[in-house]
Amino acid sequence: MDITMIWYLIPALVMFCCGIYGFLTRRNMIAMLISLELMLNAVDINFVVFNRYLFPGSSEGWIFTLFGIAIAAAETALAIAIIINFYRVCKEIDVEDATELKH
Amino acid sequence: MEITIPVLILAIPFFMFLLLGLTGMKMSPRLAGTLGTIGMGTVLVLSYYTAFTYWFSGNPLFQADGFRLPVEIFNMTWLQFTPALAIKIGFLLDPISALMLVVIPTISFMVHLYSMGYMHGEKGFQRYYAFLSLFSFSMLGLVVATNIFQMYIFWELVGASSFLLIGFYYTLPSAVAAAKKAFIVTRFADLGFLIGILVLSFYTQELDFLPMTLNPQEVFADFGGTTFLGCSVLTWALVLIFSGGMGKSAMLPLHIWLPDAMEGPTPVSALIHAATMVVAGVYLVARLFPLYMLEDAALTFITVVGALTALYAAVVACTQIDIKRILAFSTISQIAFMMVSLGVASRGGEAIHEGLGYMASMFHLFTHAMFKALLFLGAGSLIHAVHSNNYTAMGGLRKYMPVTHITFLIGCLAIAGIPPFAGFFSKDEILVACYANSPLWGVWMSAVAGMTAFYMFRMYFLIFWWDNPDYAARVKEQEAHGHHASMPHESPITMTLPLVFLAIVAFCGGWIPFGHLVTFDGHEYNIHIDWSVAGPSIAIAAAGIALAYILYFKKNDRPARMADSCRWLWTAAHHRFYWDELYLFVTRRIIFDRICKPIAWFDRHIIDGTMDGFAYVTNCASQAIKGLQSGKVQMYVWWYLIGAVLLGAITALCIL
Amino acid sequence: MFSNILIYFVVIPIVMLLGLFLCRDIKQIRAVAVTGSVMLTALSVWLLIDYLGLRAAGADAPMLYTDSWSWFAPLNIHLAVGVDGISIAMLILTGFILITGSFASWQIAQPKEFFLWLILLSTGVYGFFISTDLFTMFMFYEVALIPMYLLIGVWGSGNKNYSAMKLTLMLMGGSAFLMLGLIGIYYHSAPAGQPLTWNILEIASNNAIPEGWQRFLFPMTFVGFGVLGAMFPFHTWSPDGHASAPTAVSMLHAGVLMKLGGYGCFRVAIYLMPQAAHELAWIFIILTGISVVYGAFSACVQNDLKYINAYSSVSHCGLVLFAILMLNTTAMTGAIMQMLSHGLMTALFFALIGMIYGRTHTRDIREMGGMMQILPYLSVCYVIAGMASLGLPGLSGFVAEMTIFVGSFEHTDLFHRVFVIVACSSIVTTAVYILRVVGKLLYGPVYDQHHLSLTDATWWERLSTSTLIVCVACIGFFPNFFADLIKFTFSPQIFAVLGLN
Repeated sequence: MDITMIWYLIPALVMFCCGIYGFLTRRNMIAMLISLELMLNAVDINFVVFNRYLFPGSSEGWIFTLFGIAIAAAETALAIAIIINFYRVCKEIDVEDATELKH
Repeated sequence: MEITIPVLILAIPFFMFLLLGLTGMKMSPRLAGTLGTIGMGTVLVLSYYTAFTYWFSGNPLFQADGFRLPVEIFNMTWLQFTPALAIKIGFLLDPISALMLVVIPTISFMVHLYSMGYMHGEKGFQRYYAFLSLFSFSMLGLVVATNIFQMYIFWELVGASSFLLIGFYYTLPSAVAAAKKAFIVTRFADLGFLIGILVLSFYTQELDFLPMTLNPQEVFADFGGTTFLGCSVLTWALVLIFSGGMGKSAMLPLHIWLPDAMEGPTPVSALIHAATMVVAGVYLVARLFPLYMLEDAALTFITVVGALTALYAAVVACTQIDIKRILAFSTISQIAFMMVSLGVASRGGEAIHEGLGYMASMFHLFTHAMFKALLFLGAGSLIHAVHSNNYTAMGGLRKYMPVTHITFLIGCLAIAGIPPFAGFFSKDEILVACYANSPLWGVWMSAVAGMTAFYMFRMYFLIFWWDNPDYAARVKEQEAHGHHASMPHESPITMTLPLVFLAIVAFCGGWIPFGHLVTFDGHEYNIHIDWSVAGPSIAIAAAGIALAYILYFKKNDRPARMADSCRWLWTAAHHRFYWDELYLFVTRRIIFDRICKPIAWFDRHIIDGTMDGFAYVTNCASQAIKGLQSGKVQMYVWWYLIGAVLLGAITALCIL
Repeated sequence: MFSNILIYFVVIPIVMLLGLFLCRDIKQIRAVAVTGSVMLTALSVWLLIDYLGLRAAGADAPMLYTDSWSWFAPLNIHLAVGVDGISIAMLILTGFILITGSFASWQIAQPKEFFLWLILLSTGVYGFFISTDLFTMFMFYEVALIPMYLLIGVWGSGNKNYSAMKLTLMLMGGSAFLMLGLIGIYYHSAPAGQPLTWNILEIASNNAIPEGWQRFLFPMTFVGFGVLGAMFPFHTWSPDGHASAPTAVSMLHAGVLMKLGGYGCFRVAIYLMPQAAHELAWIFIILTGISVVYGAFSACVQNDLKYINAYSSVSHCGLVLFAILMLNTTAMTGAIMQMLSHGLMTALFFALIGMIYGRTHTRDIREMGGMMQILPYLSVCYVIAGMASLGLPGLSGFVAEMTIFVGSFEHTDLFHRVFVIVACSSIVTTAVYILRVVGKLLYGPVYDQHHLSLTDATWWERLSTSTLIVCVACIGFFPNFFADLIKFTFSPQIFAVLGLN
């Protein structure tokens, strides 16, 4: 059995949709962050797959993926930092309550 | 002629102004007064020298073939507008400026001297002398102007120094109001003057007097035909320029500031508001007279304005109580004489010298300056003695103030036109010119001359003869207690000396062969008394004096009964025919309440309201849409998702 | 780059900013402010002398000391400098007002921050006057505007937040029009096929802006600058802004910043688009004519000293724009002289008002009176300023106004001449509101007995006011010097386009 592009894309799509679903429904910031990571990783998979199957001669997809991983790491660090600080102030991490900066 | 002396004539008073103005407060009052007086004395000597050189030296520069020539001693550009138009500052010597060079320093010096006594001990004595110097500088600059703009410059400066001097007692609200009124009314008139200059400059491309007046036909050749609203442009220009003169010379209807200007110190009234500044309007018309000769309409206008003013002021003067106000109205009336004289001057006909009215006007300017300054300084002396401006506080003063009495009497005789006093000669020439022009103006002005005699002697009798029971009581008291303190007494020598000098001039000033010195065309001309005019006018003056004698010589109730018999006229005249009330109504109720306040309201509420309205609308709009910015990140993602799906759908639809 | 003298007009303020940054106490701050502004003034006076020398030696380029350094090549933006008589006059004006403004804010609170913003503002002003590159000019223009918000908002008085916001927003609104206009000019700055340029001199010599575009761009730039020049109906920031601003800021704003408007209208709108200016002038003549009369009438009924003066500025600055639109040498010379004159005397006014306010803590003329007895020095200065404002000969107002009136009246069109007469009538109204203040505030009896204990001017106040009075009198006494300096600048090329004189 030939493993075509679709074998990779479908799990990536599932992952992405899970990420969206999680991001929209969860109120816990950590959970939202995890969902966000799911989406990012799904995109990374797509990059690699497209590069491998469609443009085997070039390497932009790999590089973008590496970029994405680095940014995801930085973003996670930042987000966790914000969440921890938020927790210190409000004693909770429910996103619905983070309205202090709204006005 | 050398340039030094004319420059010094202008420079000394200006320097004195700066010196006294900047350092005066560090000096003692006596030093400041002396410095000012010495400065003015120097100017007096220099300008006499200049004027006499002009008239009598026979220098071909000044006189050729019996003509007196106008000469520009110097004329330098001060501000260049266009290649043709420039403000120049210079020194023009011709018969009338030489005349003014005699009049102004004489009166000014007398006033400087007189004020040493009159203003003694006043707060701001140094400031007073600084302002006097400023005024003298401005007035001298005005009369020697070579350029209409130079005249305008000094015109404004005399206005400002008049403002400062009227407001000398600046803590008194009435003095402040009078100063403001004087400045604003004359400023309004100056607007006309300025527009007139602009019109003139636009059509002639010329601002210098000499080219304009020497051959006016040529300068105005290409502008005679142009009309604006039915009148020729030249008429407009001349009438507008004359309106500046109407303001300064207090002609109807811009006369209202002059009576109020009497709030200033009395010597100032003598200098500025009787002898010099107020005749600036006459001088202006005389200066531009060759232009006015071209336009009969403008001259008629001047005549009518002058005649109405003369009558109006004479009537009002008969009913005033304040002696300075009486003199002020008398001044208005006499200046109107000069104006009428100029107005009737051109159309003398064959029998009369063409510029007779012109000469008469200048002659009257000279004599009037002398006797009116005398009268004002005399009034100052009286006020100094009794501390009141009203004749009701005076009466029977002849015993206490003999010098003032005699000099005042001479002044009254001079203004009434009794020979051989100065006023007779000049007024006679004016009347001759009026009769030559039209019997209407002749009769009219004769009647006004009679009224002049009447109101002057009314005042004279009321001050010096009419009993004052108050004084009688005081005399008794004095006899009882033996002290002299409270009686009116003669003024100090610094004050009586100018009175005596001016009285001498007022007595014999008329004998000057004026026609040899100042004439319209520079030709010499012999004044001869025309007895067909002079006889009746003496009779009218004598009748006026007699009437005043009957009514006011001794205390009686005839004046009161007369006033009662035509109460409305008396009341109206006493209130100056309600001109002030009319002006107050127009300025307060109409200009302030109906123009300024609505404009200010419009600005705050409509214009600014529109701007605030923009801000308000922006604010509302942002309030309205800020709900979308809920801060809930999941809402944003929903919006994003919906948007993405919609975009995708639209793209798909378009592609399919 | 530093061999050009003009660049120092920007360098010195920047060095001053650094110096202020390092200052520790108020004495050092004053020292820096005064030294710097004196240096700037000295430099501008030296520039004037050198300039006159060059002109006398026959230099007849429209602008001298021109130089250009590229700083953003893709859009061809340069730091281009150059001056003519008008810019030099403005530079000297700025210098004097900066000095006197520094003295007037001798005891300001938080001096370090205040002077930092003030000097930043003047950097913008100086940069604006020396620039010949439209983009750089605009940049400096904005640099001059923004500090105003903080200066009023922090150091102001009264309803300061509102005023500061209104002033900034209205001027920024003007800038929006202006930027549109400037970009439009840039894209039509050269004939097809040649590189585009921001340089004013090149644009003027190319004369390539099509007439259709001029009709659009001229109103944009004229209104843009006109807002700062307090043109009716965009003047309402001026009364509120001035009323709330601290003394030195009012001085600098009315004295110099409002001149940026007039200068810009002349240098950009008229100079680059003379055809449209000729065609559309009537609209703006009506508007500015209204400004002149309307400002004067509004001033008559105000009770706040600063409001009176702000409306008077509307009237006088209206006259500047009015004269510029007459498009002839004399009227324009008058306009520039009026800018100088108004700058000096209004600075004097605001300085005096600040000093009086600092003593009495009120600016309402109904609550004061008889100041002449209490504060003789300041009162005499106020009378002199008033006399200058109402056009007394011998002071600067007269020569400027007369040049404007005579020049404008030379216009051959009757419509223009009628409007000149309308504008002339403001000399009466000006006298009314000036004398109203003099009568109520300075003359008359003392209104409030508490005021009797006030003390007259201190040495720095005397220095500040007497400097300005000397300047005002200088222009008033020797007008021809200034008129010649300015007049030469109206190089024939701008008028040649129109066939005007």
